[in-house]
Amino acid sequence: MRNLLPILTVVAVIVAVWYLAAMRMNAAWVYDQAARDGIEVSLSQVIPATLTQERPVLPAPHQVVKGLADGLFGQKITSKRSLVYHGWVTLSATLLGFVFGSAAGMALAVGIVYNRAMDMSVMPWAIASQTIPILAIAPMIIVVLNSLGVTGVVPKAIISAYLSFFPVVVGMVKGLRSPDAMQLDLLRTWSASGAQTFTRLRLPSSMPYLFASLKVGVAASLVGTIVGELPTGAVAGLGSRLLSGSYYGQTVQIWAALFAAAMLAAALVGIIGMAERATLRRMGLAR
Amino acid sequence: MKDTLTPPAAVPVIEAKGLNLVFQTADGPVQALREVNLTINRGDFVSFIGPSGCGKTTFLRCIAALEHATSGSLTVNGMTPDEARRKRAYGYVFQAAGLYPWRTIAGNIRLPLEIMGFSREEQARRVDEVLNLVDLAGFGKKYPWQLSGGMQQRASIARALAFDADILLMDEPFGALDEIVRDRLNEELLKLWARTGKTIGFVTHSIPEAVYLSTKIVVMSPRPGRITDVIDSPLPKDRPLEIRDSAEFIAVAHRVREGLRAGHGDVL
Repeated sequence: MRNLLPILTVVAVIVAVWYLAAMRMNAAWVYDQAARDGIEVSLSQVIPATLTQERPVLPAPHQVVKGLADGLFGQKITSKRSLVYHGWVTLSATLLGFVFGSAAGMALAVGIVYNRAMDMSVMPWAIASQTIPILAIAPMIIVVLNSLGVTGVVPKAIISAYLSFFPVVVGMVKGLRSPDAMQLDLLRTWSASGAQTFTRLRLPSSMPYLFASLKVGVAASLVGTIVGELPTGAVAGLGSRLLSGSYYGQTVQIWAALFAAAMLAAALVGIIGMAERATLRRMGLAR
Repeated sequence: MKDTLTPPAAVPVIEAKGLNLVFQTADGPVQALREVNLTINRGDFVSFIGPSGCGKTTFLRCIAALEHATSGSLTVNGMTPDEARRKRAYGYVFQAAGLYPWRTIAGNIRLPLEIMGFSREEQARRVDEVLNLVDLAGFGKKYPWQLSGGMQQRASIARALAFDADILLMDEPFGALDEIVRDRLNEELLKLWARTGKTIGFVTHSIPEAVYLSTKIVVMSPRPGRITDVIDSPLPKDRPLEIRDSAEFIAVAHRVREGLRAGHGDVL
């Protein structure tokens, strides 16, 4: 871990700037309170007061850490206040949506590469689908599916799949088309069939591209799930924690949920990264 | 190796008669081959030499059924090139080795054997045999990036030999290598040819290489692509590298150079 020291330095700088910003932004409330009570407050009294508020404008780092620890370890796992419970709700929908989205993306990519009609028609629609703001579509999808009796994980998974299929399509198409003309000619001299060309040349060549797009896709899946949790009236999941925190002004809760989501995303991308390294090493593509 | 024997009866393996190939490009039609007539017999080592655009690679690709002529006839082993391709009549070697980085050297050589449906034992046997033939025994488990350019190209040649094709088509296989490696590979190729007795079609733009390697040199010129000279080499089959300084060699090289220059000045 040669890069541990630079990382820690950058983190330290970020935390320092954060503290300064928290002091600055929360000071207004402290001064207001003091003016209402008719007391004069000095700077040395203001600073600690800005860092220990219950509903600060910007929670200090230690408050966020405390909120996160409380949510992760301080509650029963099944309680509605546990970040583990909400994290699991979000994770289950994310994983389901990611699997759907990646499978759909790969199937579309194969279709685009092998079928001229699909090649010319699918891409514009795929791109157009991504330009519509997801925040606008998500409530519609949820309401429509709920009225059809489909509730719970599936509608969120669909939104999450919607966001994750596109990077996979783009990445796989590029990957499947990456072999050059010489390689294809070589296979022709051996009279290889289309299926043999696919399994022995195109699919292995596309692995690096696939993993890159899966990493983007899994992060997009998580965003999709959280967006999907917002319109359901804050029932469960990290998105609902964000929403209820903003309803009740519990900024520490918002930030704790935010950090939990970020850690979840980092873990998912990291897992795909490990799978990538293992696969590419087995394929002899990693040195 | 034994040039005191009477040569075997010439059996034509590749016959081109009045071959024409016109490419339709955005700038108009380009005649890549014009009225090519050529007969290659079994056991010949034929070099195609000429400047870029003279049609030598195009002709090789026509034999390999990677391009199709617009008119004229071309037969390989008495069949159309497509049938010959399906019957695995030839192995093709490109200028770049084109080995898959995710397969070992042995895995790469196994690739055409897997596609053609050989059994596992057959595949293993052929891979070993052919690695020995190109002097890469023991490198089967290495990955392509662990080998030098010359060794990768030798692996590529091994791959083309693995399925016992009678014909070997090579498109500037040593073009990307330095001269010292190229000399060594030329020698090895001649030994290989002597050992296996295959018919070899070899595209090059190096005059010494063409004269050193072949029994027959086909000089081509561009715009339109055509044959300007076919030289039957008087050099003996058994050739040490030193033969390149002999008077005979220089005479043949001179004739090749004349043929190339003649094609340059034509306006047809």
